[in-house]
Amino acid sequence: MSTQTTPLTRVLVANRGEIAVRVVRACHDLGIEAVAVHSAPDADALHVREADGAALLGGPQAKESYLRIDRVVAAALEHGCQAVHPGYGFLAENPELARACAEAGLVFVGPAAEVMEAVGNKVRAREIAEQAAVPVIPGSGNLSSVDEAVAFAERVGYPVMLKAAAGGGGRGIRRADDEPTLRTSFPQAVREAEAAFGDGSVFLEKCVIDPRHVEVQIVADRLGNVVHLGERECSLQRRRQKLVEESPAPRLEPRVRDELCAAAVRLAKQVGYTSAGTVEFLVDPRSGEFYFIEVNARIQVEHGVSELVTGVDIIGEQLRVASGLPLSVTQDDVTFRGAAIELRVNAENPRQNFFPSPGQVTRLRWPGGPGIRVDSGLEEGDRIQPYYDSMIAKVLVTGRTRDEAVARARRALRELSVEGVHTTAELQRSILDWDTFTDGSFHTGSLDGFIASWTAS
Amino acid sequence: MSEEKTVAAPFPGVFYRRPDPESPPFVNVGDVVEAGTVVGLIEVMKMFQEIQAGASGHVTAVLVENEQAVDAGQTLLTVE
Repeated sequence: MSTQTTPLTRVLVANRGEIAVRVVRACHDLGIEAVAVHSAPDADALHVREADGAALLGGPQAKESYLRIDRVVAAALEHGCQAVHPGYGFLAENPELARACAEAGLVFVGPAAEVMEAVGNKVRAREIAEQAAVPVIPGSGNLSSVDEAVAFAERVGYPVMLKAAAGGGGRGIRRADDEPTLRTSFPQAVREAEAAFGDGSVFLEKCVIDPRHVEVQIVADRLGNVVHLGERECSLQRRRQKLVEESPAPRLEPRVRDELCAAAVRLAKQVGYTSAGTVEFLVDPRSGEFYFIEVNARIQVEHGVSELVTGVDIIGEQLRVASGLPLSVTQDDVTFRGAAIELRVNAENPRQNFFPSPGQVTRLRWPGGPGIRVDSGLEEGDRIQPYYDSMIAKVLVTGRTRDEAVARARRALRELSVEGVHTTAELQRSILDWDTFTDGSFHTGSLDGFIASWTAS
Repeated sequence: MSEEKTVAAPFPGVFYRRPDPESPPFVNVGDVVEAGTVVGLIEVMKMFQEIQAGASGHVTAVLVENEQAVDAGQTLLTVE
């Protein structure tokens, strides 16, 4: 099976918006026909206009259309496709789509269903990382006494986070910066956990102060080759939504970068990963220590940043791998040139707590010129639908140096004009002039503070 | 005679009559509402926003189904 090849002549693109357009383009670059799927209100969307065929899935809401595995598979068969590319979001990390494709004799463009399940489970993913000698955040397991907690904290160093085993989503978490605090907090945390979750089990985790979110792009084929395409710095997030990403990560020591990339490759090999994926890490900027967070078993929104610094078409590689071919590059072939930055432009009003802003785009001008790439599913006159994600474009810039890329990013956002809806571009213009951004000293908590002062100004 | 008032969708999206699938509707025909009473939710681009009545009175009709797509300005319910 691993060496069997399936030449692809037609691929179903099971997504919408900019990523669907991006996949259609990758198909066309490889001489492959692309068939789009769409909901009723997306019938005339750009991803449908650019494709070689189209299939209506259903009503406006995603659960009636883009999340319907049965209709996606039926559309692929009906249109004579050999493969299904899921993009990101919607069904991209749903192992059931991968299984349904296999049962229908279709190639799923992504990792195997079992791999998706393994890395999608937090406990399993942590075990896999440990087996691959990839550092994870030191954790204690359930604690039976406060003395046990203190002993663990002394071993890994303060501060530590005290967490309820049955908690989740940030509930039941306390930070302890020293032993007296831990001794006071421990019984309180146990009582709280009992009251809130009916289970008083608590454990400790080492707390990384002001961490950076750095991730490594990997591509892997079915012959066992795994290649990394360097790292992306993704710390500028608002409510876990990234607004600016870049590569290379500023202020990351070359030694740490090499270790991160090697760790990502080890983990991918350990789990038998194929296709494109991302391994996310928290990096402690003070010590250079890093810790595995999770694997994103899909193409990611910000893949273009890595494409710009390596010249590798990551979606093209996914299609090659899906057809059974080896990657077109070895690790030695991959070279890194200059710097790239991505700005995610969302149809939201940053002055009104990022409230969504659907509606008709009455005027639209994308930036252009040297070092600019725009990935979007939108054209002037199109209506931004209220039913889906608010991201309307990714403005990507590249330069020989980070400074040149930042200058081009400023120019790109000057040239960008979107009328009829609110966008986050105004905030992003300010981010590009923010000294914490320009000197590269930010961490995952930096953007919240910046937005608070920007909103007040 | 009190005049009929309407509650309209302030933006497009998907209207929800209940806070979650297991709970009863926010309001039913005949219920008394006041200015500020939550009558439903609209989901727009994955964000949920409460929709409030603008004036007090009895709910005389609910014109949209649960989980129905609505346009900006569309009448959701009438109050008298």
